[in-house]
Amino acid sequence: MSMNNQGRPTGVGTSGFASTSGSALLPNEPLLFEIGDTEHSGVDLPDVTISNDRLGGFERKSKLDLAGLTEPEAMRHYVRLSRLNHSIDSGMYPLGSCTMKHNPRLNEKMARLSGFSDIHPLQPVSTVQGALTLMNELSHWLMTLTNTAAVALTPKAGAHGELLGMMAIKAAQDAAGQSHRTIVLVPESAHGTNPATAAFLGYSVKPIPARADGTVDVQAVKDALSTDVAAIMLTNPNTCGLFEPQVIEIAEAVHQAGAFFYCDGANFNAIMGVVRPGDLGIDAMHINLHKTFSTPHGGGGPGAGPVVLSEALAPFAPVPFVRKGAGGLELVEHAKDSALGRITAFQGQMGMYVRALTYMLSHGGDGLAQAAQDAVLNANYIKARLAHAFSVPFGDYPTMHEALFDDTFLAGTGVTTLDFAKALIDEGFHPMTMYFPLVVHGAMLIEPTESESKQTLDRFCDVMEELAADAKAGNKERFTSAPLKAPRRRLDETRAARSPILKWERT
Amino acid sequence: MRYLPHSDAERAEMLGVIGAANIDALFSAVPKSALKSFDLGLPAHSPEFLVEAHMRALAAKNRAGADGPFFVGAGAYRHHVPATVDHLIQRSEWLTAYTPYQPEISQGTLQMLFEFQTQVAKLTGMDVANASLYDGSTGTAEAVLMARRLTRRNKIVLSGGLHPHYRDVVRAYLKDDADLEILSASPEGQGDILDHIDENTAAIVVQTPDFYGHLRNVKTAADAAHAKGALLIVVITEVVSLGVLEAPGALGADIVVAEGQSIGNALNFGGPYLGLMATRKEFIRQMPGRLCGETVDADGQRGFVLTLSTREQHIRREKATSNICTNSGLCALAFSIHMALLGEAGFTRLARLNHAQACKLADALAGVPGVEVLNKSFFNELTIRTAQPAAQLIERLAERGILAGVPVSRLEPTNPDVANLLVLAATELTTDSDISELCVALAEELA
Repeated sequence: MSMNNQGRPTGVGTSGFASTSGSALLPNEPLLFEIGDTEHSGVDLPDVTISNDRLGGFERKSKLDLAGLTEPEAMRHYVRLSRLNHSIDSGMYPLGSCTMKHNPRLNEKMARLSGFSDIHPLQPVSTVQGALTLMNELSHWLMTLTNTAAVALTPKAGAHGELLGMMAIKAAQDAAGQSHRTIVLVPESAHGTNPATAAFLGYSVKPIPARADGTVDVQAVKDALSTDVAAIMLTNPNTCGLFEPQVIEIAEAVHQAGAFFYCDGANFNAIMGVVRPGDLGIDAMHINLHKTFSTPHGGGGPGAGPVVLSEALAPFAPVPFVRKGAGGLELVEHAKDSALGRITAFQGQMGMYVRALTYMLSHGGDGLAQAAQDAVLNANYIKARLAHAFSVPFGDYPTMHEALFDDTFLAGTGVTTLDFAKALIDEGFHPMTMYFPLVVHGAMLIEPTESESKQTLDRFCDVMEELAADAKAGNKERFTSAPLKAPRRRLDETRAARSPILKWERT
Repeated sequence: MRYLPHSDAERAEMLGVIGAANIDALFSAVPKSALKSFDLGLPAHSPEFLVEAHMRALAAKNRAGADGPFFVGAGAYRHHVPATVDHLIQRSEWLTAYTPYQPEISQGTLQMLFEFQTQVAKLTGMDVANASLYDGSTGTAEAVLMARRLTRRNKIVLSGGLHPHYRDVVRAYLKDDADLEILSASPEGQGDILDHIDENTAAIVVQTPDFYGHLRNVKTAADAAHAKGALLIVVITEVVSLGVLEAPGALGADIVVAEGQSIGNALNFGGPYLGLMATRKEFIRQMPGRLCGETVDADGQRGFVLTLSTREQHIRREKATSNICTNSGLCALAFSIHMALLGEAGFTRLARLNHAQACKLADALAGVPGVEVLNKSFFNELTIRTAQPAAQLIERLAERGILAGVPVSRLEPTNPDVANLLVLAATELTTDSDISELCVALAEELA
């Protein structure tokens, strides 16, 4: 039998793969199917015989061909793979729009209490009163922080929350005989999920241009409003990191036109405890618990996207929801009890509710406000320190929780935003968000969050300054060849898309 | 505050560098009327031990699965998750990473997703799988929309055996859609869907094992759908069943959607869960969700990237296949690790053990006076008709410490025919004494 580069048998999955650059601390880990086989298992289970099966003649005849590993092998495979990831715990992760803040481990410990993790969504309601109380408490915090009338907890992530919020708007307008409203206004700087959500529900999307200062053009909104407009989807603070100064005026104009104001709450971290979106006139807003309230991102989810609702939309919340009854808390869960119905099986992301409430209780109202202020302070500090070496697209206004630069400062250097980001990897930092928002050329969107110390911010800014100086000094090669110190160099994405290889196949 | 690194002196120093008089100056764009013009009335920050005490008190008011005999299933299943799985997914590098937008420093997550996609494709017998969706219910709605794009037809038929919540989610996603045909509940496992396929049908949706536990004939459904140019969407809520049941891909399924919670993930009162989706190779460009693909780096070394993103919202905006962004990455990792630990040998043994316990449960229930088992076929879940309404019965059994299953009336409240039906699941965690305790209690309550 052939062996892999760890001296472990490659079993049935041999592909001849061999390490070319792996080391103990920067491993080149073979695929699970190259080290495991169909006989090995890391789980001890009795091999039962069933004399009278009830499988109705549908027994599996095709081969499963699933590779297995014993426990020590599995431990090593996944630990070695993990070493190839950057993470918040190992370094600054200033991805704009993503709010990569510290994930307290108390949250994880609480989510694993058996009274939360080992309860079934359909066990008798009398046996889950603690869970319903928790959902009520979380709802209270979210409604208080936003000054809104209701909250729908169930959306599974931010985009799912957007979908729910827009469904509620649609349901409300259908109920009011306003089904002819088929247009949704979306600023050009919006997240891609906004137009995708509107289109998903059959709305036509009308883009609203940004002003030269990066904020939404109020006059353009007013001009676009008509009796055919269902809603505006506005992110505030917006994706340029700016608070929309005329948001109240926009809300009033939208309401006067009989439309609703959907607010994308992806950037709520900048204002939690400091500004209540309900005071700005929003009708619906999703809150990414995995951003603002620190439930971990987990390499791409799971998230949670509860949606707060104004009084006008509260009657159109989906099921299930918690209600006080005579004998304790009740769960209203029949689709017929809501004009909107149900958008997911069961009660939503309970595991995330536990983590988010733990985070809220730890911070308290005072700590949340302080966290928002620190997040804004950190972004402005980065902007102030780097303004001289980078190019600031919208002048000298205070930013909110993220600092946005464009690529003007790289003009003539032959270095692109992408190159610059990859060079940052070689300096030990995760790059900022690149090329988003689309309204800025070669955008670099930096969101430090409140979790970074001044020391870390200074080190980051020192590195950024040094890189900018080096780019301007003509040292293009350092950027275009980067990264050199990562587990992989630049990957060929065109090749991946042209002839997709989406699973391992035996060769 | 233990999570905030700055001292007040540092804050003042930083404001000095910024050139701001105070923190409020940074919020100058906020209308005066909206800036901290309120008292939140929320409690102040709290030490870790007090927060923990509060959460423990809430948790203590819930009856955990491990506290006694437990037969609740109906779309979420209580299985053993090896300690290794939970240890590994809590490693910082998995837990606190973002979506792998910078592939050079995200190869761990990307390779894991590639392995996950391979596992799901093998399990379902399909060509390709995506990197996960939120859960089985939303995945079913996404599959229905995908089928419409693929066939350019509109009619969708949902089998009466589809999980009622899944049916409700599809209904919400396709609101007021005249082309959505929902067949009435079929607790006896009666074949119901084949007569409803016509030339306008985009897809039929069949769950197996169905909500009531019956095993449905995927091959017959596929042949009938294909004869009219329609697609077959197979839904699986108990993915462990694939350890003993034929893969839907081998029987002609076009899209397979599954709830992956059973492998690697706890019950969590309903979430987070894990949506699995797999399909035929020729359909990938209409598939929603992220896809990870193999490629090489500048040195020619194998590596992985997110690919075919021109389907997705961040590139295509209003023309995307779905608005999905964040999915269930960490749940996919838990699934993948658990599946790697099981391997084919372990997974097959696990499935057989589940079926064996369910057979014991069915046989024992059949012997209880006042109980009729409706299933001729099942995997690890079955439906019984009881001499009394099931909703009250399970409350009385809960008072005796037994969580006896899910009354169908909880999900089908307007259907009087199901009032006496109870759906019960058995897994590898169900013991022989759990079963006899249940049957003794049932016999007493029904006497």
